[in-house]
Amino acid sequence: MTPVGLSHFLILAAILFALGLIAVITKRNAVTVLMGVELIINAANINFIAFARYLDKDLDGQVFGIFTIIIAAAGAAVALAIVLNIYQQMQSVDLDEADSLAR
Amino acid sequence: MDTIIQYALIILLLPLAAFVIQIFFGKRLPRHGDWLPTGAMFLGLIFSVLILGTVFKEYDPAFKITHSFDWVSLGQYRISFGILVDNLTAVMLFVVTLVSSLVHLYSIGYLHGDVRYSRYFANLALFSFSMLGLVLVDGFFGIYVFWELVGVCSYFLIGHWFEKDSASDASKKAFLVNRIGDIGMFIGIMIIFAALGTMNFAEVFQGIANGKLAGGWLTAAGILVFCGAIGKSAQFPLHVWLPDAMEGPTPVSALIHAATMVAAGVYMVGRTYVLYTADALLVVAVIGTITAFMAATIALTQMDIKKVLAYSTVSQLGYMIAALGVGGYSAGLFHLMTHAFFKACLFLGSGSVIHAMHQALHHVHDHHTDPQDMRNMGGLRRKLPITFATMAIATCAIAGVPFLSGFFSKDAILAASLEKVLTTHHPLHMIIFVVLVLSAGLTAFYMFRMLYLTFSGPPARKEVFEHAHESPGVMVIPLLVLAFLSIVGGYGKWFEHLMPKPALPNGGIAGLEALEHASAATAHTAHLVAMIVSVGIASLGILFSTSVYFWKRISADAIAGRFPKLYQFFWNKWYFDELYAKTMVAGTMLMSKASAWIDRVIIDGVVNGVARITVLGSWAAGWNDNKIVDGAVNGVANVIDWFGRNLREVQTGKVQAYILMALGAVVLLFVFQLLVNV
Repeated sequence: MTPVGLSHFLILAAILFALGLIAVITKRNAVTVLMGVELIINAANINFIAFARYLDKDLDGQVFGIFTIIIAAAGAAVALAIVLNIYQQMQSVDLDEADSLAR
Repeated sequence: MDTIIQYALIILLLPLAAFVIQIFFGKRLPRHGDWLPTGAMFLGLIFSVLILGTVFKEYDPAFKITHSFDWVSLGQYRISFGILVDNLTAVMLFVVTLVSSLVHLYSIGYLHGDVRYSRYFANLALFSFSMLGLVLVDGFFGIYVFWELVGVCSYFLIGHWFEKDSASDASKKAFLVNRIGDIGMFIGIMIIFAALGTMNFAEVFQGIANGKLAGGWLTAAGILVFCGAIGKSAQFPLHVWLPDAMEGPTPVSALIHAATMVAAGVYMVGRTYVLYTADALLVVAVIGTITAFMAATIALTQMDIKKVLAYSTVSQLGYMIAALGVGGYSAGLFHLMTHAFFKACLFLGSGSVIHAMHQALHHVHDHHTDPQDMRNMGGLRRKLPITFATMAIATCAIAGVPFLSGFFSKDAILAASLEKVLTTHHPLHMIIFVVLVLSAGLTAFYMFRMLYLTFSGPPARKEVFEHAHESPGVMVIPLLVLAFLSIVGGYGKWFEHLMPKPALPNGGIAGLEALEHASAATAHTAHLVAMIVSVGIASLGILFSTSVYFWKRISADAIAGRFPKLYQFFWNKWYFDELYAKTMVAGTMLMSKASAWIDRVIIDGVVNGVARITVLGSWAAGWNDNKIVDGAVNGVANVIDWFGRNLREVQTGKVQAYILMALGAVVLLFVFQLLVNV
């Protein structure tokens, strides 16, 4: 069994990204889509940290990862607020129905 | 401004004012305004008499007052317009206003109840204005303007009853024939203007005296200006319009076609007398003589009372022109004046007869018989005594019966002609004298023939005769006045004294200097011989006429039968109308047909060809626009439209679809990258 290396992290991140992407593309519920987005962001975070650990040997990647988590939190907050507003407007969070800017 | 000039202006403007008021308001005025032009003319007559009085008081052959202003000023050329009053003008003013006012008065009776009564008087006033302007102006320019004005008035008045084809044809004929002469006159005036740069009479004569216009050009100018007189005064070969002009109302014939307008040509030749060289004067004399003789022979055979008078007028005008041509300046103008009196009297008398005949025929409900044909008259002496008396006086005057006005003037003309023969011994002048004497005899014959046919013998139709009545007072008074003037108009030596032969400012008469003046003895002989010959030929003519038509010793038909060809020749007016119809009219027709052909085939062909080419070109341009330019534009639009239509399917508004597409794109990029790198 080979020791855990960079490619394992990259594969994990790729799987995570793929799962997130599948959720974003296939799910109709806006909240689920948001969850998928979080998965994608986290896949990116894993990549950041993995590259930082194995290639640069410094803390730049980790710092970026923390930034990303913060921005993702802010993004999720804004996105959830939008979803709530959409729900108030349309009594639904189905993305297929939210296909126009005007009611 | 001189009083005389003021009077002249008043005389000129009165009829114009009357015309303007009459043409606009005539129908609304009481009596349709007939009193207005009539009154204006009588007022003008008073002022004319005042001017004539001044002339007689001065009794000066050189009496002359002018007043003119520059009308047009073009660089070195000036066209002035002004008034010239001298002895000749004064006499003409008197004649025109007198005859015109009498004719106005007469027309009130003659035209009573006419459909265009008001307009008739307006035209009569306009004519009087034009004629007075013609005798008052002081230059060729003015004379030409008024020359055309009287022409157009003549046209209006001949065509007064334009419903009749013959009347409208006659008015057109008069106008067109006059145009031929007027073109010549215009060219003549232009020659003078080109050579001398002025049209004022005095300046033109001064220029000729200075020799600026001489020789052939002067002769040409004289003959061309005379062409105007040939047209207006109905001289051979343009005399054909005047007999037809009798279609107009009879007072019009008396005023325009006997006394005044047709005499305008004679007046104009007299006014511009010094313009004529010896050669030009010979042309004038020959034309006048031919006219006098030809018209007299035609008058012998005519049966229409007005046609006889018309040809008589042509003949007498020929006399006047011939007189001027042989150097009888005073004689010609003197005859112009006396002729105005007795011919106006004759015409108005014939109008009175026609009026009576018309009424009588109307009374018996005969609308087919010609009231002007003398064969339907006869014996009217008893029914129309005053008309008969006045016409008889006028007939005697025109025939040259001693001690009437016509005798003196005709005598003067024959004397002038004989004087010319005695001084020049020119064979042509000999012929002219003989022909003029012959014409005098013919004149006496046909005038008495007319008188006898109309007034003596048994009535042609009893029932018509019974209903003929003397004309009303307004028609009889002018007859009496004119008959009186026909008697006394010729007395005194004043005319010759006041109007001697005019001379150029340098004393000569253009081209005539060479001809010596007749000595007093020759003149005396000429007068004596002329008087004897004149009286002799007149009595011969009257005697012959009387024996044929009064005593009926000789049958007119027998004479006509003896010379059938000659009779036909005269009866058909020397075939002038036929000749002109065959040559001039047919020629013009041919020319217009050729022009029409050229227009239709060649010009229209070119125009239509160009049009066809243009249509073809524009069709091609249109096709190019529609198919190629529009096709390109539309094609681009269609392509863009197609793309837009298809690409809009992608724009679903579904975020997930967009992401999917982005994913697909990324995958493609990866695949591409892998393929390239490998």
